[in-house]
Amino acid sequence: MGIVVRDIYKRFGGFIAVDGVSFDVREGELVALLGPSGSGKSTILRIIAGLEIPDRGEIYLKRENVTALSPRQRKVGFVFQHYALFKHMTVEKNIAFGLEVQKRKRKDIEEKVRELIRLVKLEGYEGHYPSQLSGGQRQRVALARTLATEPSVLLLDEPFGALDAKVRDNLAKWLKELHVKLNITSVFVTHDQNEAIEISDKIVVINRGKVEQIGTAKDVYEHPNSKFVASFIGNVNVVDAVIKNGLIFIKDTDFEIIDRDIDVSVDRDIVLLVRPEDILVEKDSKQEGFPCMIQDVHYRGSFYEFNLCMGDTYIRSVKDKDDFLGKKWEKNQKAFVVFKQYKIFDASEGHWEIREKLRQLGYIE
Amino acid sequence: MKDNDVCIRPIRKQSHFIEYTLTFSVIIWFIILVMAPVYGILREVIRNGAGIFIDSISSPAAIHSFKLTFWITVTAIFINTIFGVMLALVFVKQDFRGKIFLEGLVDLPFAVSPVVAGFMFIMLFGPNGWLGSWFGSYNIKIIYALPGMVIATLFVTLPFVAREVMPVLAEYGIEQEEAAYILGASKWQTFWKVTLPSIKWGLVYGITLTFARSIGEFGAVLVVSGSIINKTQTATLHIHQQFTDFNYAGAFTASLILAVLSFSILIIMKCVYKRKEKGYRWA
Amino acid sequence: MSVNKGDLTLRSLSLFYIGMLIILPILAITSEAFKGGLQNLWANIVSTQALYSFRLTLIAAFIIVLINIFTGTATAWVLVRYRFPLKDLMDALIDLPFAIPTVVTGIMLVTLYGPMSAAGGFLERRGIEIMFAKPGIILALLFVTFPFIVRSVQPVLLEMEPDMEEAAKTLGATPFTTFRRVVLPTLAPSILTGAALSFSRALGEFGSIAIVAGNIPMKTQVASVYIYGEIESCNNQGALGLSVVLLFFSFAVLTFMNILQARSRRYER
Repeated sequence: MGIVVRDIYKRFGGFIAVDGVSFDVREGELVALLGPSGSGKSTILRIIAGLEIPDRGEIYLKRENVTALSPRQRKVGFVFQHYALFKHMTVEKNIAFGLEVQKRKRKDIEEKVRELIRLVKLEGYEGHYPSQLSGGQRQRVALARTLATEPSVLLLDEPFGALDAKVRDNLAKWLKELHVKLNITSVFVTHDQNEAIEISDKIVVINRGKVEQIGTAKDVYEHPNSKFVASFIGNVNVVDAVIKNGLIFIKDTDFEIIDRDIDVSVDRDIVLLVRPEDILVEKDSKQEGFPCMIQDVHYRGSFYEFNLCMGDTYIRSVKDKDDFLGKKWEKNQKAFVVFKQYKIFDASEGHWEIREKLRQLGYIE
Repeated sequence: MKDNDVCIRPIRKQSHFIEYTLTFSVIIWFIILVMAPVYGILREVIRNGAGIFIDSISSPAAIHSFKLTFWITVTAIFINTIFGVMLALVFVKQDFRGKIFLEGLVDLPFAVSPVVAGFMFIMLFGPNGWLGSWFGSYNIKIIYALPGMVIATLFVTLPFVAREVMPVLAEYGIEQEEAAYILGASKWQTFWKVTLPSIKWGLVYGITLTFARSIGEFGAVLVVSGSIINKTQTATLHIHQQFTDFNYAGAFTASLILAVLSFSILIIMKCVYKRKEKGYRWA
Repeated sequence: MSVNKGDLTLRSLSLFYIGMLIILPILAITSEAFKGGLQNLWANIVSTQALYSFRLTLIAAFIIVLINIFTGTATAWVLVRYRFPLKDLMDALIDLPFAIPTVVTGIMLVTLYGPMSAAGGFLERRGIEIMFAKPGIILALLFVTFPFIVRSVQPVLLEMEPDMEEAAKTLGATPFTTFRRVVLPTLAPSILTGAALSFSRALGEFGSIAIVAGNIPMKTQVASVYIYGEIESCNNQGALGLSVVLLFFSFAVLTFMNILQARSRRYER
């Protein structure tokens, strides 16, 4: 095992940042800690690095219990969200810092620095100060500086968070390649599911200081095991519904949902989470279609996006270009929707909060 | 969990040794250096009793000196507020040759010894000075008289308003002003309705600093005034005189009054500073 | 660039004000100083009493700057990084030396350490003189210059994100190395700025020293007091020499600070 995180707790004043988190990272694996801001994912990373001391729990690096060691003794590499480059040192000096404090031989340091500058493609920038570099360049210096000490594990805190979209994509791909090349056990923190899905071998989904799910990108996307994961991974529609007298209705309507897998013995509020691609939009009513109104149609390249309105509930759906062009869809047209697949959760789980979060993330309006 | 052949070690505790030692030393240093003298004067005045306290501040010379300080301070604030804002406007919004040099000169009163400052004005406005002889021919006395004392105070307090207003103006003023112009406001309207409100707290802070420095100024005013009792003696000069005359009770009481006054100014400064947040902080 | 009438009026008025209050007085004093010839001026500067007072001032200024570099930086550090009871009050009172008139500072020190006070009497019986002696000068200067370094370092420390230090830690640096190679270089410009301000204030300080030092020529007379004495005894020529020297130092300090600011801007993003 590269990294073992065992049951860690961390509290800041009255706020529980990390609440009993455990997971393993295999040797050479690239793992993403995915979660919204404030979920505690950065704190977990900082605890692995030794920058925060957990109130409880243990951290093992390469089978050694390092919980009691300082960051200096752990020999981990940490890349900070805002790079944390030494402003008063040149690129070269920044990269050499870790080697210099280890009192390596001058010649070895020079050689290593040259090699790393080549690796991160910053030839010609050796004498520049961080203030003279672009965001992507700074991030690469930060990475080179971290790699210089040959850490046994690499920890990256929102490594691309401060970069604009295009640079971010390039750098993410480059990081993936670098990881394949160096095969160094790595953990990175992100709030961007695309980033996590794109470059990680494994995703650990974190919410409110707890692990929600661990699995490959495919696992987490296709088999979300909790409401939170479903809502966080991918764009999701949130539909309020109620269970009344053994029947399921969409809230404030008389649209009934037939579902035999759900326990309907207790009357309660529930929430349906439906992915846009799991919503079928039809012109004609089939047996279980709900009537709705098309509010908007947007061209999105290879597909079309619908904004639909069912009573007071607004949902988003997508349709393939070919399918779309076959039938003439228009604004303010009546249509019928079918939920091909969905997840049901109790509203008492605090769905309102999830909804707020989704709103902030821009998944719903 | 096969990895952990566990021996549970205590979780690392952060060492507070450096923190506690440093905090303790700093507090001790602060108390000895700054708080002890304040205590010293309080104790002295209390020991002397209220009788002497009232006697020594109700003497005509003492009253006159405080009045003089008050009027000089008011004048200095008035003139330096106007010119300070003007300097800030010119330096922030205009560009001309030699601007950087002039801007540097504005800081000079911070760096010049008050005695040298006073001496410069004797050289310029004294009976044999360049301008002094000209004023003298109209029978206007500047040195060893009130005008000289005001000028000396103006000099030492010149940077405060300008320096406090400049950063605020640079930050907020200009865009809003342009918006006001576009909306059809005249320059004068813009100044009163847009510029002034936006620099308000910087201005208030600068005025407070000017106030504090004016009532406390000693060296420059001493040199140009000649310290004539009941004529050109300000509060600080009065304290100095009492002290050199071995009238300690008088010196202590007057000092306490000025100290209390300065302390109140300090409190005001803190309140204003909280609202201002930006700008230079060296007084 | 076209300049409109209003701007031009403002600019002329500003120039007039600076001219009258700063430029003309400086020109007047320097021209007066050099009127008697360079040799004469030099003789005034190096006259035994003047030279002694200037040397005393310089040495005292260097001593207090050295002390302030440590105490000021430590105070700023403690105020920003640590928590302790009454911290806010102490933070507010740091500026007290700026607010209190210098004469009052002098008087306060005399009441505390003068021969008639308990502390002063105690020390005097053991042969340690503070008031009307050199330690008094140092004490007064330390008091009036205390806030400079604290107040210039504090905002920099406040704005300093902890991540640079954490980066150094994860790269294997010890706390001491981190402080020396990462924290100190970041603070250095502000420490130096505060030191320069302390230095120039110490060179020019008059009020508190006039009260505290006793002003004995060749013993406790500093430059500003010497100049004042010469002016009082109507010996303007004697006063001019050191005045010009002090003025030169004022300019030097300002230039130094401007260079510092220009340099530290280089590292900013």
